[in-house]
Amino acid sequence: MDVHADKFLPRPTPESAPFWQGCKEHKLLLQHCSGCGTYQFYPRLLCATCMSQDLEWREASGRGKVETYTIVTRAVSDAYAADAPYAIALITLEEGPRMMSNVVGCDAQSVTCGMAVEVVFEAWSAEITMPKFRSVAG
Amino acid sequence: MELTLDSLRGKVAIVGAADTPVGKLPQFSPTGLCIDAARRAMSDAQITKDQIDGLITCNSMAEPYMYHAEAMAEYLQIFPRYCMSVNAGGSTTFSILHHAAAAIASGMCTTVLITMADSLRTGLTRDQAMKMQSSAGHSQFEIPFGPTVPAFYALIARAHMEKYGTTAEQFAAIAVACRKHACLNPTAEMRTPITIDDVINSRMIADPLHLLDCSLVSDGGSAIILTSAERAADFPHAPVYLLGVGEGHGHEHISQAQSLTTSFAVESGRRAYAMAGLGPSDMDFAQLYDCFTPTVLVELEDLGFCEKGEGGAFVENGNIELGGLLPVNTHGGLLSHCHPGNPGSMFALTETVTQLRGAAGARQVEGAEVALVHGQGGIMSSHTTVILGRERN
Repeated sequence: MDVHADKFLPRPTPESAPFWQGCKEHKLLLQHCSGCGTYQFYPRLLCATCMSQDLEWREASGRGKVETYTIVTRAVSDAYAADAPYAIALITLEEGPRMMSNVVGCDAQSVTCGMAVEVVFEAWSAEITMPKFRSVAG
Repeated sequence: MELTLDSLRGKVAIVGAADTPVGKLPQFSPTGLCIDAARRAMSDAQITKDQIDGLITCNSMAEPYMYHAEAMAEYLQIFPRYCMSVNAGGSTTFSILHHAAAAIASGMCTTVLITMADSLRTGLTRDQAMKMQSSAGHSQFEIPFGPTVPAFYALIARAHMEKYGTTAEQFAAIAVACRKHACLNPTAEMRTPITIDDVINSRMIADPLHLLDCSLVSDGGSAIILTSAERAADFPHAPVYLLGVGEGHGHEHISQAQSLTTSFAVESGRRAYAMAGLGPSDMDFAQLYDCFTPTVLVELEDLGFCEKGEGGAFVENGNIELGGLLPVNTHGGLLSHCHPGNPGSMFALTETVTQLRGAAGARQVEGAEVALVHGQGGIMSSHTTVILGRERN
């Protein structure tokens, strides 16, 4: 975990704490609105579609597709240099929301738009576990 | 029905415009550049500081103040009745112009100094500049994954390539056009011609963006003086009138964008065209925000200069070069003139004034009467489109 110590660790807020707790338990949690049935990400105090506050945390399937990606050759900081070249992708989850993550476990050059991916979890500290994605094809 | 400020059309004019030198300027602080730009613009307009009753600035990353505009007023010992700092990333310049025009039209003040500067080149280390700029990402849901600013824009570029078949060579054509114009501009930082192959063969930064698809990191400042159309007649230079302005704000973080390939430039452009009563085909040239080459391509489409998805074909064959269908970034843009961060678009604005005064020398757009300038901030997040012209009506 020490290799992640100098990375930009997320700092959970009251709205997002259940999401990060879920990651720690290797569950990808999304807010589901009981008012309009929409899944949303990132976590919010209310449903940004219908403004209802009747939100429920549900475990997502963890599967999605790469909508777009880039391969970063010049890392953002020294803490990320060992990972370079690394793939950053916008992933559309089966439930609808889009999230940013890294595609890991493969050569970054093999990432493509439309690639089917599934969530994996990477512990960065005692508190923070990051949701990452890998190719379903393996 | 949408409420529009139709009344801004022809109500205000730019009567002074000037830049500081740009590039690597360790002899200036960011505050010094901001003040020097103001001094130069006042000199261009031939007015005294006492005639300025409005001041708008944007903060500097290298030398921030909690209340930047107030600090600049204090430094200059001017005492405006309208004083504000705006922070909308690369869209700041034209958003400020919008605010300033509305302030003059509504009687909050009569003559506004807009001055901006930063020292991203010498005022910050390379790592500080990278970290500060990548903080445009979401602190919990984007930044931890290690995106750089080029990476954010690369996501857009890749999506456009995937959806419309746009090629890296087409993005490169934008860098080539900007460099060609910079070669005709004695104040531009980069004045060695480049080819499409040079761009493609330059170091990959964030696939598909190469080094030469990325804008510069510079020091520099730029300022304008804006006043009412009535007062504008009393100034030495021919006024440059504001004919249309519109904003569109779609998101802050790219992962939340409604579309990765169509931006809210559609909205800002629609509003600006409606106010001006003009359309894309009326524009003699355009200055489009070019922090990275793909932004220009998306803006050309979203501002209606070509059909959606046809930006790649549009930028080929010299169409956006001087003498082409629509000269773009006639000063060299952020890609080849200079890019000191949020003040970057100011240089596109002062260049537009120079062009519409007919004073652009070797890079003059012949017979230029009307131009469109566009800024976007964040990651294709906040957009402001401005239409300027030589004639008030």
